[in-house]
Amino acid sequence: MPYFLSGFGPDFWPELLFPALVPLGLTLKVALTATAGACLLGVGAGFALSRRGLPGRELLDAVCTLPLVLPPTVIGYYLLVLFGRRGVLGQWLQEHFGVTLIFTWQGAALAACVVAFPLVCKAARTAFEGVDQNLEHAARSLGAGEAGVFLRVSLPLAWRGVLSGTMLALARAMGEFGATLMIAGNLPGRTQTLSLAIYDAAQAGRDDEAMFLVLLTSLVCILLLLASGKFLKLNPCT
Amino acid sequence: MALRLNIRKTLRSGAQEFELSTVFEAEGRSIVLFGPSGSGKTLTLRAVAGLMAPDAGRIELDGQCLFDAAQGINVPARERGVGLMFQDYALFPHLTVAQNVGFGLGRGLFGRLDREARRRVGELLDLAGMTGMADASPERLSGGQRQRVALLRALAKSPRALLLDEPFSALDPLLRARMRREVRSMCQALGTPTLLITHDPEDVAEFGGTVVLYDAGRVRRLEAFSDGPDGGCTGGPGARALVLGEHFSAYG
Repeated sequence: MPYFLSGFGPDFWPELLFPALVPLGLTLKVALTATAGACLLGVGAGFALSRRGLPGRELLDAVCTLPLVLPPTVIGYYLLVLFGRRGVLGQWLQEHFGVTLIFTWQGAALAACVVAFPLVCKAARTAFEGVDQNLEHAARSLGAGEAGVFLRVSLPLAWRGVLSGTMLALARAMGEFGATLMIAGNLPGRTQTLSLAIYDAAQAGRDDEAMFLVLLTSLVCILLLLASGKFLKLNPCT
Repeated sequence: MALRLNIRKTLRSGAQEFELSTVFEAEGRSIVLFGPSGSGKTLTLRAVAGLMAPDAGRIELDGQCLFDAAQGINVPARERGVGLMFQDYALFPHLTVAQNVGFGLGRGLFGRLDREARRRVGELLDLAGMTGMADASPERLSGGQRQRVALLRALAKSPRALLLDEPFSALDPLLRARMRREVRSMCQALGTPTLLITHDPEDVAEFGGTVVLYDAGRVRRLEAFSDGPDGGCTGGPGARALVLGEHFSAYG
């Protein structure tokens, strides 16, 4: 039995908890950034996909869903090819902004954003399709432009679905492993998130540390789920 | 209101095909499109409102061209200046009664209401005797009250015409007779001409004016009844008799 379960020994705080705070903070930073990105992109894409007149709609939908079904390593490899030092986007970012995504927490956030994006996109599309078209027509006939229709009618009526997709995206981003490993590596203190730290500890035979991190991750996820459940229930609109 | 309309639209769903091909010119305070369900009335109304683009043809309202397929003109719905009342009212469920009525008066992306707009909303609610329900959700209203809100919302921006899509069909018969009079007198009080579509002969009797008979996607007949003395239009018994006397292909 791991020794910390037999009671909080004097070594508990300095040896287990304090080192764990670094990957925990990094995980939260990466996951929240990724979720914010996935939310913005997913709402935009989901709204576009919910429009009946969009040409090639189902093909675009398939492309948007791809990160959900592809192995994370495939996504990680795509990102490496695109954003690596010799990748098209990677070189462009380096030249114009001096930004490198490889082996940085921003790279980890990008990876998590890509894998979490379909969850928001799918939920948003369904939610926007559920909005009565007559309500959007009514807004147009009352003089609202397309941006006004979106902000004043479609989004307020669809936001519950969007929010539940965003919560799933956050959960997915927290647990992201494969794509993150490929693009950001596993650098303790810089890109080592909780899931990577657990893998690292387990590989190196540091069982106490692995067990502690696993329990910590579970606890954080349970808290997140409780908070999101409460948040969703509080919402009186449709 | 002077409406000149010459449009064609083909709808396909599976093996079924429906062709709307209508030509008519009508003028007056009240125009009524009458015909059985599925005869193309609603499609015509949506074309006038700008919610559906016909395949071909031209729509002119009060001398202004709203749509012309040949010239590539299609004025967006928000710039047509016509009010629209939906069959199911289409009230915004996430807004209050006052916010619904003021929707078209809002400024900016988020539709903020300035003091002038709020005054106008209050005035309209007062006119319909709904001041006490300004902050209620539309979901808590009765059928007649919802219709009043939908009407006020459509009239708030003083549109040059009000389009009504089978406005009374969802109400029970007693309320229907009352709302029919109420809607007409409200439009008269505000001086807004109406284009009404219906399959109810009683609506024709109440709104009268110019009656356009629809059948299977075509205009069968057009009959103009005289304007009433109060500036409104009363078709009266003559209009009712006209539509009752017609034989529509949809009814065999």
